[in-house]
Amino acid sequence: MKRTISATVNNSTGVLNRITGLFSRRQFNIESITVGMTENPEISRMTFVVNVDSDRGLDQVIKQLNKQVDVLKVRDISDENIVARELALIRVVATPQTRGEIETLARPFRASIIDVGRESMTLQVTGDHQKVEAFIDLIKPYGLKELARTGTTALKRSSKKQSQDLHYSFIQ
Amino acid sequence: MVENQRDEGGTEMGTSVRTQAEKTANEQQTQKLNGSQIVLRALAEENVDIIFGYPGGAILPTYDEIYKMGIHHILARHEQGAIHAAEGYARVSGKPGVCVVTSGPGATNVVTGIADAMIDSLPMIVITGQVATNVIGTDAFQEADVVGVTMPITKHNIQLRDVNDIPRVMKEAFHIATTGRPGPVLIDLPKDVSTAIGEFKYPKQVHMPGYQPTVQPNRLQIKKVAAAVERAKKPVILAGAGVLHADGADELFEYATKQQIPVTNTLLGLGSFPGNHPQFLGMAGMHGLYAANMALHECDLLINVGARFDDRLTGSLNYFAPEAEVVHIDVDPAEIGKNVETAIPVVGDAKEALKSLSALDKAPVPYDEWHQHLRHYSDDYPLWYNDDGKTIKPQALLDMVYEETKGEAIVTTDVGQHQMWAAQYYRFANPHRWVTSGGLGTMGFGFPAAIGAQFAEPNRDVIAVIGDAGFQMTMQEMSILQELNLPVKIVIVNNASLGMVRQWQELFYEERYSHSLFPIQPDFLKLAEAYNIKAYKIEDPSEARATFQKGLKEDGPVLFDFRVTADENCYPMIAPGKGHHEMEGIRP
Ligand SMILES: Cc1ncc(C[n+]2csc(CCOP(=O)(O)OP(=O)(O)O)c2C)c(N)n1
Repeated sequence: MKRTISATVNNSTGVLNRITGLFSRRQFNIESITVGMTENPEISRMTFVVNVDSDRGLDQVIKQLNKQVDVLKVRDISDENIVARELALIRVVATPQTRGEIETLARPFRASIIDVGRESMTLQVTGDHQKVEAFIDLIKPYGLKELARTGTTALKRSSKKQSQDLHYSFIQ
Repeated sequence: MVENQRDEGGTEMGTSVRTQAEKTANEQQTQKLNGSQIVLRALAEENVDIIFGYPGGAILPTYDEIYKMGIHHILARHEQGAIHAAEGYARVSGKPGVCVVTSGPGATNVVTGIADAMIDSLPMIVITGQVATNVIGTDAFQEADVVGVTMPITKHNIQLRDVNDIPRVMKEAFHIATTGRPGPVLIDLPKDVSTAIGEFKYPKQVHMPGYQPTVQPNRLQIKKVAAAVERAKKPVILAGAGVLHADGADELFEYATKQQIPVTNTLLGLGSFPGNHPQFLGMAGMHGLYAANMALHECDLLINVGARFDDRLTGSLNYFAPEAEVVHIDVDPAEIGKNVETAIPVVGDAKEALKSLSALDKAPVPYDEWHQHLRHYSDDYPLWYNDDGKTIKPQALLDMVYEETKGEAIVTTDVGQHQMWAAQYYRFANPHRWVTSGGLGTMGFGFPAAIGAQFAEPNRDVIAVIGDAGFQMTMQEMSILQELNLPVKIVIVNNASLGMVRQWQELFYEERYSHSLFPIQPDFLKLAEAYNIKAYKIEDPSEARATFQKGLKEDGPVLFDFRVTADENCYPMIAPGKGHHEMEGIRP
């Protein structure tokens, strides 16, 4: 099952290495990982999407992450009320004839055109995983020249509503 | 220096001069020092009284300060010797072992010991030299990415980049190594940082929001444990090394005897409960006692205190403690539920948890039937071996070592059959006398660990029980014995083979002894002679005891080369994939 885990960590050298090493050592498959500074430059937020086969496996991931001295806080936020976004940059074949069509397709996805050349154009789309997938599918028939995607980055929503069943038990 | 000046000021000069002297003293306290001096001052602040190490280019500035300050340092003959000695010291003293080595090859030579300390939760501080910061990453002479290499095998590691970080980093390192679940912390010290000038001001406290181990167990969970004990008919306590790390042997004794619950130990937990107590079932696990393993198999309540359910302990998890409600007390929350589903988790220090359990003041439930049942296992399936009267039986040898040292010695072992026989036959009655490499199973560990153990307890008998193969991995450390006349007694259990490997090949590989026999061996007596160490070779079982007694009385080091039955196997045993109830070799 796919889970989204959010962690805040000290922004110290090697912390990303430390954490990805931990995942691979324990045979957890990371689907995506994003890292960036938070409002506090000494603290970074990491968002992982991992594929685990059991609650117990997930429990281990979180506990092992918690053991790291540089990890401040870890949460499985999959079942919480969150905002999650990915970004994709797509360079697609675009002739003067097809440009208009592509633009029309981009509009409902709020994808923006960020570069136009003689034979291609580059689009940028952000959204949740499904939306980005759907847009890429739609654009694919024109001929993808290059594609770059980020992983998911996520935050809890400010509203209080939360799902009841957290998928790991934090033992105390 | 500072102290002296203050004294002089007080005795020989007037009060005003004394104030002046004190002022100078204060100035000196925050005086500018170089990085190496700061490191050593920090070690002094942490009451480190011995360093095990080996010098080299990148760490030379630090060694220069060691020379100038006259710090107690033990020069090993290989870095692996240094780190295992530091481990032995940590195990026996309960204080962190400190190991200082140079960059590159010096650092990579301690990797095995770091991994060993990590898996056995030993508090260690490892300081590695590193090339100067301006050439880090250029594949400079003797450069290795030691922080990268040791990331998965340290509790924490860090590379110093700024001389002014040293006091904080050192303070944090000791704090991390010794609190919560203990472990090794590595500090990588680039050469230029060790010579840069900074200020020494040792912090009084650490501030690490990401590191807050839980020491006090949750009261509610403790009550749940007590309720489970009341419900149980067949409870058993499995005590691991966590009890020893928490210094909780007394608390374990109090709780277990008060509640009259039978106790078994993991390999590393030996000594946490008296080995000759009627409630003690012996060691559990692959080469544990049948009674102990059957207790785990049949119990309805399993209270694990400070053990991590290692696979050598549990046997196949498919058959592990099938009837039991499992309580797991551990200071490391990640251990709970890692291997075995837990009904009542308790995060906290073993000592504190046992104290809180005893404090609940529950009347004991006698469990008479259960005790009787287990006694029948103990009586009917004791440890056994066949004595042929012609060769020295390794089991008899270990039994003799136990008797002759009255069970009071510190025993270190290497890894293999002799290790299991020592665990079986040396009925440890006290904590911190058993030093063995459990989790990593590191050959080469036992002999240097004995050296460290002897430094931790200079007045106690230290017996290094070593296989003929493992001894050949780190025997160069005999130099330390010679140099310092350390009274370590080396007992080589010489079966002219990699005994445990040979046993597995016999049992599971149809006697294909692929590279496990030593048809030709060095003359250990001559080797000992080369190091000026007294040595005996003993082949005749009738001479074993007298020779051992004689050697034991010697003031200095002694090496005993006991030639034992070559093809003896270690029983009882749980074969791979089998459960506790399926032990082999429980009877002659
Ligand atoms: C460094 C290392 N290499 C290999 C092994 C695998 N191994 C486990 S026991 C053993 C044989 C040990 O032989 P010896 O030291 O003579 O002890 P014995 O089993 O004969 O008592 C070996 C090779 C190990 N544990 N450690």
